[in-house]
Amino acid sequence: MSTILENLRYSQDHEWVRIEAQKAYVGITDHAQSELGEIVYVELPPVGERYEQGEEISTVESVKAASAIINPIEGVVSEVNEELDGSPELINEDCWANHLYVLSPFEQSQYDGLLSSDEYAAYLSSL
Amino acid sequence: MIYPYIPHTDADRRAMLKAIGVESIDELFSGLGADLLLEDSIPISHGRTEDEVQRMINSIAQRNVRGIPFLGCGCYDHITPATVKALSSLPSFVTAYTPYQAEMSQGLLQAIYEFQSMICEITGLDVANASLYDGANAAVEAASLMLAAKRKSRVVLVSETIHPFALKVLTTWALGTEHTITLVPQQGGIADFEVLPSLLSDEVAGLIVQTPNCYGLLEDYTGIADLLHANGSLLAISADPLSLAIQKSQAEWGADIAIGDTQALGLPLAFGGPSCGYMAVRQALLRRMPGRVVGATVDKEGRRGYTLTFQAREQHIKRERATSNICSNQALAALMTTIHLSSLGWGGMVEAAEQSYAKAHYLAYHLAQLPGVTLVWDKPFWCEFPLVFNDAKKMRKFLQELRNEGIFAGVRLSSLTRKNSDELVLLVAVTEKRSREELELYLAAARRVLK
Repeated sequence: MSTILENLRYSQDHEWVRIEAQKAYVGITDHAQSELGEIVYVELPPVGERYEQGEEISTVESVKAASAIINPIEGVVSEVNEELDGSPELINEDCWANHLYVLSPFEQSQYDGLLSSDEYAAYLSSL
Repeated sequence: MIYPYIPHTDADRRAMLKAIGVESIDELFSGLGADLLLEDSIPISHGRTEDEVQRMINSIAQRNVRGIPFLGCGCYDHITPATVKALSSLPSFVTAYTPYQAEMSQGLLQAIYEFQSMICEITGLDVANASLYDGANAAVEAASLMLAAKRKSRVVLVSETIHPFALKVLTTWALGTEHTITLVPQQGGIADFEVLPSLLSDEVAGLIVQTPNCYGLLEDYTGIADLLHANGSLLAISADPLSLAIQKSQAEWGADIAIGDTQALGLPLAFGGPSCGYMAVRQALLRRMPGRVVGATVDKEGRRGYTLTFQAREQHIKRERATSNICSNQALAALMTTIHLSSLGWGGMVEAAEQSYAKAHYLAYHLAQLPGVTLVWDKPFWCEFPLVFNDAKKMRKFLQELRNEGIFAGVRLSSLTRKNSDELVLLVAVTEKRSREELELYLAAARRVLK
């Protein structure tokens, strides 16, 4: 059974979003990382670019497949997690502590519209 | 053998039908609606025996006219060392179409690894893939890579002087993908970069150029890479890989992508194919490269081994989101190129390229002395040059008379481009394989026709 953290918001594409000091941190869920298996590469988006909600923003490659990361809320990429460049396996080790990128500014109303942890748990069990 | 090609006997068929539990072929297909079945038999003649077919095909083949080829336009008659055929015909290579159980085929993987290493050495770029289908396919893959590398781009600039077939394939591809191909016009036989700044915009993913270009002329790309990079766009240079022995490499021009066709390196003319494309890119573009990359590694006992390393854009990795479908590569053709390069070495490549240069210039110089033809553009060239006639009738006569002498004098550019403006242009290619006698034969015949 995969873990889900409370107080985060989720997309149906298995990304999580955490708000901290007016910034939106985006990562992939435990379910996503375990489905992917051993992650070997994370393509990080260019800093300074604005991405729409639902736009393909990055690719996470595992030994099994390469999966698109669908940007969960509109915003401007203000930082990326450079550590993943050399150590993509950090996502397998702790997907909650290792975000992919940060959006600032971001679209608050779209954040509010994401799934709560309970809703995401229900969504997962419906799969 | 006078038997038909399908080896099943009536007894075989009966046994097979019995095994699946039907009485007859008709019963096997009874699930199909009557409206789908043919009422009459298909009007084709009776089969012929293997021997009859062989004779028929031989007699057709004998109608081919042999001649000394001065034909090029992307397909050149170079000297190929005997090692190429001898080694590439080894059954273990010939049958290893494409490595699906990749790591079982260590020999083939090693050959592909060597191919990649040599392409990197020749082009000066960081990483090469396991090959593409041909030069035109490589151009499309370069366009696709550029578009993927720049967000919200949709335009690829393409020089009018790239091979007309590559341009055709690019145009067809752009039609399907709804991208725009914008031509950079030629001026005096080479791409005119004066207009380049006015063509650049946020939508431009990059530029594809070719040298030697479709006229055989060498182009100068000084400052072009900087201009594109300042616009966030990429530069792809297509080049005959043999020409890189004596001209600047793609990396030296500052290109991001090197592409081309390896026909000149060990592949026979074979009526125009199959050929083999190559692509090398800067390290930063590695993940966007199409096809696959073979890497060297060590096994658990520390022995050197080879493995398929990158195939990030491929359909078996990215499923429906694949942006490359080079699931097989031209492994056998790439192998021939690899053996050719290994046999020649860098010194041999330089020798072949220099001899081609010297012989082409010898022929061009003497042809230019004759009335009725000119080397209209005063531009540097390597092994192929455009001979321009002042009269179409004269050109036809020239081609016919030389053909009667057993010489294929050149390729009419308009036969490739279908452009009226190219009607008087004859492209003459001279490789290191053409002997002094063959060159003199050409000149003597030309002097007779053009006097």
